[in-house]
Amino acid sequence: MTLIASAASVRYRGATAPAIDSIDFELRSGELVAVGGPNGSGKTSLLRALLGLVPLAAGQVSLDDVPIMNWSRRALASAVAALPQREEPAFPLTVHEAVLLGRWAQLGPIAPVRAIDELEIAQAMARCDLTGLEQRGIDTLSGGEWQRVRVARALVASPRFLLLDEPTAALDVRHEMALFELLRGLVAEGLGVLVITHQLNLAARYADRLVLLSHGRVAAQGRAQDVLRADLISSVFGWPVAITTWGDGSPQVVPLRHGESPRATGSPNPEPR
Amino acid sequence: MAWSQGPRSLRPFLAHRARPPPSAGPETGISVSASSSTRRPMALPLLLVGGGAAVLIGILWGPVSFTPREVLAALASPDTSASMIVRQLRLPRVLLAFGVGGSLAVAGAALQALVRNPLAEPWLLGVSGGASLGAVLAVVIGLPAGWSVAGCATVGALGAVALVYRIGAVAGRRLDTRVLLLAGVVVSFFAGAITSAILAVVDPFTFRTATVWLFGGFGGASWSSVRHFVLVAVVPLGMLWWLARALDLLALGEDTAATLGIHVDRSRRLVILATAVLTAATVSVAGMIGFVGLVVPHAMRWVIGPMHRRLLPAVFLAGGGFAVLADAVARTVLRPAELPVGVVTALVGVPVFAALLRRSIR
Repeated sequence: MTLIASAASVRYRGATAPAIDSIDFELRSGELVAVGGPNGSGKTSLLRALLGLVPLAAGQVSLDDVPIMNWSRRALASAVAALPQREEPAFPLTVHEAVLLGRWAQLGPIAPVRAIDELEIAQAMARCDLTGLEQRGIDTLSGGEWQRVRVARALVASPRFLLLDEPTAALDVRHEMALFELLRGLVAEGLGVLVITHQLNLAARYADRLVLLSHGRVAAQGRAQDVLRADLISSVFGWPVAITTWGDGSPQVVPLRHGESPRATGSPNPEPR
Repeated sequence: MAWSQGPRSLRPFLAHRARPPPSAGPETGISVSASSSTRRPMALPLLLVGGGAAVLIGILWGPVSFTPREVLAALASPDTSASMIVRQLRLPRVLLAFGVGGSLAVAGAALQALVRNPLAEPWLLGVSGGASLGAVLAVVIGLPAGWSVAGCATVGALGAVALVYRIGAVAGRRLDTRVLLLAGVVVSFFAGAITSAILAVVDPFTFRTATVWLFGGFGGASWSSVRHFVLVAVVPLGMLWWLARALDLLALGEDTAATLGIHVDRSRRLVILATAVLTAATVSVAGMIGFVGLVVPHAMRWVIGPMHRRLLPAVFLAGGGFAVLADAVARTVLRPAELPVGVVTALVGVPVFAALLRRSIR
């Protein structure tokens, strides 16, 4: 079971350059892939192409060898779940209602909500540490709670793949770490997870594979050690960085201040100055 | 981040909903506030009872008032003194008012979800301007009152929606609901300008006939108009019921709705088509009646929550009951003269709504 983009290009109307330019990408079950890159480098466009939300100018995206555009949205929704970056619900659902909406692919327009649906909802909510919040209005939730609700909504469809667009962008350290831990747990259960993130250092520690995008192309991909190199990161992001190494061996990116020279790397706990 | 706090733009409207208890911060609030109001399992049965009560009041009240016993007798036998009025005038009028009010409210609820904006109402798609233009044109060129005028109103309404859709849906691009909103406003203004220009030059009698359509009302109700309305309205009402879960998803936004499993563009087109036909059907039998489609969905979301499988039936019952009561007031307060029912819906509805709004914010 793989979600594959081959030589996929997306070009928006009126844009001078393609948003993504012949990208080859593969997401397998049981792996966590982090996608990083500067703003405007094509991360979200790649995700939208993988979800069949945007027509391809060239190339192909396929799931289980079937072109993504040939999947019905409903069948696709029960295989690939996603958390788009922006979402502003128009009306004040309760947490339970919001999570229930994730079961559309199973329920369809008419079928009543069955016991199995409620069971899936309860399990997904427990999974995301939301038990007890069922009747809370989503307009009363904190950012971390709301993001967990969205993950639970994605999980109730029992998808095989989960794609998240900057899910921790507004979260504090605790909620950010909890979300990455949750994703790691889902991967251990066999889900294939793609997470777009600016947190290169967390990506290095949690992801099996990193993909670095630059100007719509893949600048590097592979293990963190191969992608998070000082010269590459400095040139892609246009800012000097140094690479140090955390205790578990994962490379960590340290952006440099003006006039600062890269210090010795390799210290797991760089001393505070 | 815009999404991090839920639908912030609606906060004033939502404040009545489950709030975390003051002692528990948002991070720790496990306990469920007692005011978690969405479930209210008795709301639909109560609305059903209320709708029935409204229908009964609508039959009892009028220039001639009846006792419930007289009404029952009239319904049982065609020969009582009251049976002519009850059977041929009150009953069709009340049923038509109920169907029209309920349909307008359902159309409003669907459109509010479609454009993700609580200010949407059935007239938004240009239906209002198109329908009045069609009706006024028919009156001015001297078509006989009745079905030909109603037909022209329907054609005008659907024509305006088609135009709005043409402007809003640029070929090869996704339907942008904001563009659709703007196109609706623009087309409404355009049709309204033509209508005003026509009314400025016609004779007073034609002017008066034409304004009946602009005000709206159930004075022309008959069994044949009830039949006509039911035949036209039942299909879009059924469609919207079938689309209820799609409306839930559409209200979340385009990408989220698509990834959760609906075909966004197709669902939107169906919603637009259904609401346009439904609104045109109401115009063709009752002219233009404002306010019901805007306010009833709001009030029902407070009572019953925003999930459309429950919301749409609730909105139909509440909108129907509201229209029946407004019509009963309209033909009673100034008897034997009748107020336009739109005047009553606004004069009664606005203060009630304002009070509800203030209470919900407090």
